[in-house]
Amino acid sequence: MDSYFSILLTEVYKILFLLVPVLVSVAMIVWLDRRVWAFVQKRRGPNVVGPFGLFQSLADALKYIFKEIIIPASSNKLVFVLAPIVTMTLALISWAVIPFGEDFVLADINVGILYLFAVSSLGVYGIIMGGWASNSKYPFLGAIRSAAQMVSYEVSIGVIIINVLLCVGSLNLSDIVMAQQNLWFVIPLFPMFVIFFISALAETNRPPFDLPEAEAELVAGYQTEYSGMMYAMFWLGEYANILLMCAMGSILFLGGWFSPIDIFPFNAVPGPFWLMFKILFLFILFALVKATVPRYRYDQLMKLGWKIFLPFSLFYVVLTSSFLIYFDLLPGK
Amino acid sequence: MIAHSVFFYIFSLIAIVSAVMVTVSKNTVHSVFFLILDFISISCLFIMIGAEFLGMIMLIVYVGAVAVLFLFVVMMLNVAEQKGQWFSSRWDGGTHIPVGLLVSLIIFFELIIVIGGWKYKPDLLNSLSINISTEVTNTRSIGNVLYTDYILLFQISGMILLVAMIGAIVLTYRERAGVKRQSYVKQISRERDEGVDLIEAERNKGVKIDA
Repeated sequence: MDSYFSILLTEVYKILFLLVPVLVSVAMIVWLDRRVWAFVQKRRGPNVVGPFGLFQSLADALKYIFKEIIIPASSNKLVFVLAPIVTMTLALISWAVIPFGEDFVLADINVGILYLFAVSSLGVYGIIMGGWASNSKYPFLGAIRSAAQMVSYEVSIGVIIINVLLCVGSLNLSDIVMAQQNLWFVIPLFPMFVIFFISALAETNRPPFDLPEAEAELVAGYQTEYSGMMYAMFWLGEYANILLMCAMGSILFLGGWFSPIDIFPFNAVPGPFWLMFKILFLFILFALVKATVPRYRYDQLMKLGWKIFLPFSLFYVVLTSSFLIYFDLLPGK
Repeated sequence: MIAHSVFFYIFSLIAIVSAVMVTVSKNTVHSVFFLILDFISISCLFIMIGAEFLGMIMLIVYVGAVAVLFLFVVMMLNVAEQKGQWFSSRWDGGTHIPVGLLVSLIIFFELIIVIGGWKYKPDLLNSLSINISTEVTNTRSIGNVLYTDYILLFQISGMILLVAMIGAIVLTYRERAGVKRQSYVKQISRERDEGVDLIEAERNKGVKIDA
């Protein structure tokens, strides 16, 4: 019994060691997102609270905590309260399998990439539950839109992952990174990287695919009836998901914890920092896209997902596998 | 080992309770939520016996895609509002219970017939003696049999799914008149000459454009 307890304690300690930095960086990237956005549009952005406005997210969080949580009278109360919790939990549990370095991972499971994919496909439930439980038209429309959108783009993300897996021969995330020691997959699979990036935008409901919360049509989509801390949880979950997608992109295509070139000043930087740089790089790309591109129309979004991305990535699967077989490069033989 | 069995009982209890709740709960949308909970706890059970690939695929396919569409349909059809009707088990004066009992009895006997006639592989009966290699991950070992010994069955099931999909599309597809479709090629290839027209408008008559 004592050993169980000590195992439990060390695991809790490890989880805290992982989650606290993730939550802090979520707060920081909210600030970064707004700063980049403002920078592109020649505004200042949040620059008042703390140095460079760094504590803006903290101030926002305090505001959210002290605001009243309003639960609509006609809502389905249990589901209404559960929805933000589901979103937040799902956004956080996927970090368990992200490898920050060699043997520097909380749960080194065999099917890591499938786990990531499964958890991100569950993410749609937070939104559907929130939209349905609000018992109001705008949230419901937003939830339906986002369900269709996330399911559609998941398909193309799945096919893109197959492309990477063909080159690796393992579902373990550490193996995926190790396979990129000499050549990052972004080079041979560049089209897939572009499609992954765009699908990740759609999967996380970021502009230009933020139709579930298109304020001109749906007020705030599924979040319309939420207030105070519950709204903040949706928001945090969304940003944690964005960070996670960036991490997934850096692991699948940008060589995870490896430095770009294996020479002295670069390879002296520890692996986790490289992963963070890559995540930050992808996130700044996300923010730049948000600042520059106008919102898609819904039929265009569906057309892009099903008629362009899916056939193209399927074609690329055939291309990758034929290439690997022809040149006898198939891994795991 | 204790922790293992504790978790096993927790997950199986959740699975059974939520399976019961699927049929018992008054709100149809709640039923679907319980179904999802059921799927999740069953995939946890899969993971606990070491079949992590099956567990994850269960999550991705059933919870991530099938149940979402299910939820989608149930919410859109507003079946939730019919709960009174369903629960009094009356529909236009009749009652559902005899028919439901009949159907479930038929399915029960069919299951008995099928399982009774089941032929087990001899070494499955003393499955404890089977050598399970822990070297090969189960993703790889499923792939090894699925794409070699059972390739025909695998492809046939793929074909069946394809046929079902085409059937669904054919059944629901309707050609509707007056639908405006956007064609990117048409839009982009438009030149100034065909796009802009200078029309001499007659006084008091105006111009008809779409004629």
